[in-house]
Amino acid sequence: MKEFAVEIDNLVKEYSGVEVLKNISMKIPKGKITTILGFSGAGKSTLLKHILGISKPSEGLIKVMGTDLGSLHSKELRDFRRNFGMVFQYAALFDSLSTFENVAFPLREFLSLGNNELHDRVENLLTAVGLEQDSFNLYPHELSGGMRKRVGLARALALRPKIMLYDEPTTGLDPITTKTVNDLIFDTANDQSEHELTSIIISHDVKASLAISDYIAFLESGEVIEYLPVEEFKSSNNSMIKKFIELS
Amino acid sequence: MRVPVSILGSQTIKTFSSIGRMSIFIWKFFYWIAKPPFRLKLVMEQLYFIGNKSVFIILLSGGFTGMVLAYQTYFGFKLINIDSLVGPVVALSMARELAPVLAGLIVSGRAGGAMAAQIGTMKVTEQIDALEVMGINSFQYLAVPRIIAGTIALPLLSILFLLIGNIGGWIVGTKALLIDESLFFAKLSDFMFMADIYQGLIKATFFGFFISLIGTYFGFNVSKGAEGVGRGTNLAVVWGMIVVLISDYILTSILVKIL
Repeated sequence: MKEFAVEIDNLVKEYSGVEVLKNISMKIPKGKITTILGFSGAGKSTLLKHILGISKPSEGLIKVMGTDLGSLHSKELRDFRRNFGMVFQYAALFDSLSTFENVAFPLREFLSLGNNELHDRVENLLTAVGLEQDSFNLYPHELSGGMRKRVGLARALALRPKIMLYDEPTTGLDPITTKTVNDLIFDTANDQSEHELTSIIISHDVKASLAISDYIAFLESGEVIEYLPVEEFKSSNNSMIKKFIELS
Repeated sequence: MRVPVSILGSQTIKTFSSIGRMSIFIWKFFYWIAKPPFRLKLVMEQLYFIGNKSVFIILLSGGFTGMVLAYQTYFGFKLINIDSLVGPVVALSMARELAPVLAGLIVSGRAGGAMAAQIGTMKVTEQIDALEVMGINSFQYLAVPRIIAGTIALPLLSILFLLIGNIGGWIVGTKALLIDESLFFAKLSDFMFMADIYQGLIKATFFGFFISLIGTYFGFNVSKGAEGVGRGTNLAVVWGMIVVLISDYILTSILVKIL
């Protein structure tokens, strides 16, 4: 039987009487890469915030790994979020901490590791995302966009999450760095496949999404108008999706 | 007629919703301060930032305030031959008013604005979201240590201001204006009591609490990117100063009756 990491049932979100998410129902399979595609303002980031439990639905239900997020108290929800790793659009690294300390931050907060073990884990994470030793002591403002994304990915992986979320991971990057980041997302998902790491990507980069995703959902004006395995998505008859693929 | 009424209505709603948000913010502080984890390291870091890094400006302004006050008082008092009272006047006005209020205004400008800018920048660059996604309570992590540190730091800075201000007053009074030194100290001990110092310290504690509360509040409520951070910082400084001045009057009217 297929297992699902996230189950969304009739999700509605209203802001000041305006529906920004309209009756969304979808099941995101465990251990796969699912991309939520759509134009700017389609509601992708709002949907992501609901999956994280940062925003509460006006109506409907969201289950993550079988747990109804609406049934959790704020403390339980905060603890539950440790199942997620998130890579933000602009990495959201802590300005006041070095590359090393940014990655060490969640480990120091939640695990009681000795100095040597902590050092080894951070070094392994940073090396795994392709960063060299000489960048470990640099601060976020000294890093390029691509390097920041790598550090953000290493930090997100630090607590060995079950679900990785990527918010527009390649926005603002040059084509070569974009490919590197996409390869990194793909490799991360594959490296962790024995742990059934689920990856959810919010993007409007069609080409990359078709290359690395297992499933694609297309969001338009707050509605999921298509949600298919990637091969079926490529041959979708939906005119808007056709146009979106053509234009990319 | 409809326009002024609607403006009045919307302003009233805005004012009450701001008061409501601030009340919730204060309640959250008292709720989260009692809950673990207790982040002593962060409190110490903020104490260093608010306290230690304000020492130079406090010494500078305290010293010169005491010196100027001694000069101004001397020339007035000399006319009626009570120039020996320069010492107590400097000490009393410093202890009760000038030390807590001026230290409060300085800290509001320096640290209150910086708190709003730091937290505001973290908000617009999604660093606060990053904390929340990691399962860390951003309010407890960012606001609580700053408010505790501000509440502790300002009375300490106020004592420093008082001390250096009195040294300034003593130097000008006895060395430049040649008031007899033994008379200067005798009058000081006649008119100055611990209650005067307590009054200043109580005020400084309240000011420290409100300044850091306002700084963190405006930081968390920043919106609209860099422009919003600038606006939040500006509001934190202005409101910090306004609250210091208004609460000074309220606290004075209460404390003179109690102490």
